[in-house]
Amino acid sequence: MMRRTFLIALPYIWLLALFLVPFAIVLKISLSDIALARPPYMPQLDLTGGLAAVWDFITQLDFENFVFLTSDDLYWKAYLSSLKIAALSTAITLVVGYPIAYAMARAAKEWRPTLLMLVILPFWTSFLIRVYSWMGILSTEGVLNQFLIGIGAISEPLQILNTQTAVYIGIVYTYLPFMILPIYSALEKLDDSLLEAAEDLGCSRTTAFWLVTLPLSKGGVIAGCFLVFIPTLGEFVIPSLLGGSETLMIGKVLWEEFFSNRDWPVASAVAVILLLILIIPIVLFQRNEQKQREAEG
Amino acid sequence: MRQFSWFNATSLTLGFAFLYLPMIILVIYSFNESRLVTVWAGFSTKWYGELLQNEEFLDAAWVTVKVAFFSSTLATVLGTMAAQVLVRGGRFPGRTLFSGMIYAPLVMPEVITGLSLLLLFIGIGLDRGVLTVVLAHTTFSMCFVSVVVSSRLTSFDRSLEEAALDLGASPFDAFRLVTLPIIAPAVISSWLLAFTLSLDDLVIASFTTGPGATTLPIKVFSAVRLGVSPEINALSTIMIGIVTVGVITASLVSKRTALQQARAEQAAARTA
Repeated sequence: MMRRTFLIALPYIWLLALFLVPFAIVLKISLSDIALARPPYMPQLDLTGGLAAVWDFITQLDFENFVFLTSDDLYWKAYLSSLKIAALSTAITLVVGYPIAYAMARAAKEWRPTLLMLVILPFWTSFLIRVYSWMGILSTEGVLNQFLIGIGAISEPLQILNTQTAVYIGIVYTYLPFMILPIYSALEKLDDSLLEAAEDLGCSRTTAFWLVTLPLSKGGVIAGCFLVFIPTLGEFVIPSLLGGSETLMIGKVLWEEFFSNRDWPVASAVAVILLLILIIPIVLFQRNEQKQREAEG
Repeated sequence: MRQFSWFNATSLTLGFAFLYLPMIILVIYSFNESRLVTVWAGFSTKWYGELLQNEEFLDAAWVTVKVAFFSSTLATVLGTMAAQVLVRGGRFPGRTLFSGMIYAPLVMPEVITGLSLLLLFIGIGLDRGVLTVVLAHTTFSMCFVSVVVSSRLTSFDRSLEEAALDLGASPFDAFRLVTLPIIAPAVISSWLLAFTLSLDDLVIASFTTGPGATTLPIKVFSAVRLGVSPEINALSTIMIGIVTVGVITASLVSKRTALQQARAEQAAARTA
C-alpha cells in the first residue's frame, strides 16, 4: 500500500509542481501590472500579512492586460495571422503528405519498414537544423535562386527568405512526417477487397478512391491535421528564422514581449489567450483519438 | 496486391527528395572552402577544424549532453512510474487530473511551457542554470515517456504479472523481474526519445537557462539569426551523421532481436 502511494505520489507531485502551479502563476501575473521592480510586476503577495493582505492582493488584480491586448491591433493581428498560417500550412501539408502516405501503403510489404524509417529519420534530426537548412536554400544568393537563374527561369533573384512563403515552406517541411505517419497507418489497415468490390460494382479507380479509400482514412487525416495545426499555432523557431519582420506570429510576439520588452504581465496575458484558443482543437483532437480507439477496440 | 502506379512512384520520389535534399545540400556546403556559403570554392574540411577549436561551442555541447543525460534518465524513471499508474493503478482520487497533466504538455506550445516554468523558478527564487533546464526538460519528456511506455503496458499479457504475484513475488519484484524485461524495449526507446527531445530543444531551454548554462541549440540559434554560417553547417553535418548512424543501428538491432525472438518461439513450439 505504501509503495502504491509512493508510485502515484511522486509523478503526481512532480507534475503538480512543475506543470500546474506554473500555469497558476502565469494566470496570476497576467492579472498583475508591470512595475519597475524585481520581479518586474505588482502586486506581490505577502503571506505574512494574513487574510487582510491576501484580500488586498486580490483586489489589486484586474483584466487590464487583456483589455490592452484587444486595444492594440498588434496582438489580435498576430493571433489572426497565426491562425491563418497554421490553417493554410496544415492544408498544404495534407495535400503534400497524403500522396506520400498513400504510395507508402501501396508499396511492396518488404519495402514498407524502410520507407517508414525514411519518414521517421528527419524527426530524430534537430528541428532547428532542419529549419536552418532552408536559410541557405531560400536566400537571395541561395541554392534555389542560383538554380533558377542557371536554368534561365528567372533573371533576377526572388526574395523568398524573410517572407511568409518561406514560413509555409518551413512548416510543411518540418511537420510533414506528423501528417504522413497517421495517414499511412490508417491506409495500411485498409482492406484491399473493399476496393475490389467497389470496382466490381462498376466504380472507376478514381471514384473508388473518393468513395472508399478517402472516407476510410478520415481518422488518420484528422489526426494528422491536428498534429500539424496545434504545434504550428504557437510556433516560434520557423517564423523567427525564415519569416523576417514581415511575418507576425503569436509565439514570436510572446517571446519578444518577454525577452525584449520585459513586460511579463502582457507576455502572460498573451500566453493565457493562446491557451484558450488552443483548447478547442485540443479537445476535438482528443475526441477524434478516442473515437478511433473505440472503433478499433 | 495492387500494382504500383507511376503516380505512386512519383509521389514517393518527390516526397523523399523534398525531405532529404535540404539536409544533403547542407552537408555538401559544410565542405565548402569559401566563407561565402553560396559560392562553391572547392572541397575543404577547414570549418570542422575551426568548429573543434571553438571553445564556446564545445562548452555548449558539453552542457547540452549533460542536461540531456540527466533529464532523460529522470524522465524515464518518472514517466515509467506514471505509465504504470495510468495503466495498472486502478482508481484513485484525482486520476482524471493526473492523466490530463500527462497529456497536456504534449500539445502545449513550447513558448507557454517555457514562460510558465521560468516564472515558477523566479517565484521560488531558484537560480537559473543547468538544474532548472534539467527540471524543465524532465517535465515535458516524462510525458512522452509515459505515453510510449503505457502503450506497451496496455498491449502485454497481464496474466504474466499475476502469475508472479500468485507465486509469492512482491509487487516490486513482479515489476522488476517480469514487467520490466518485457517493456524494456519501450523504456529504452523512450529514453532515446527523451534524450533527443532535450538535445533539440531551443525554446524551453532559452526561457529556463541562466548564466553558464548555454545549450547548443541556444548557441546555434544566436549564430544563425544573422545568417548562414559555415561552422554551423559543419556542426549540423556532424549532428545529422550521429543521428543517421544511431537510427540505422537501432533499427538493425531491433530487426535482429525480432528475428531471434521469432526463432526462439519456433524452437519452443517444436519442443512442445
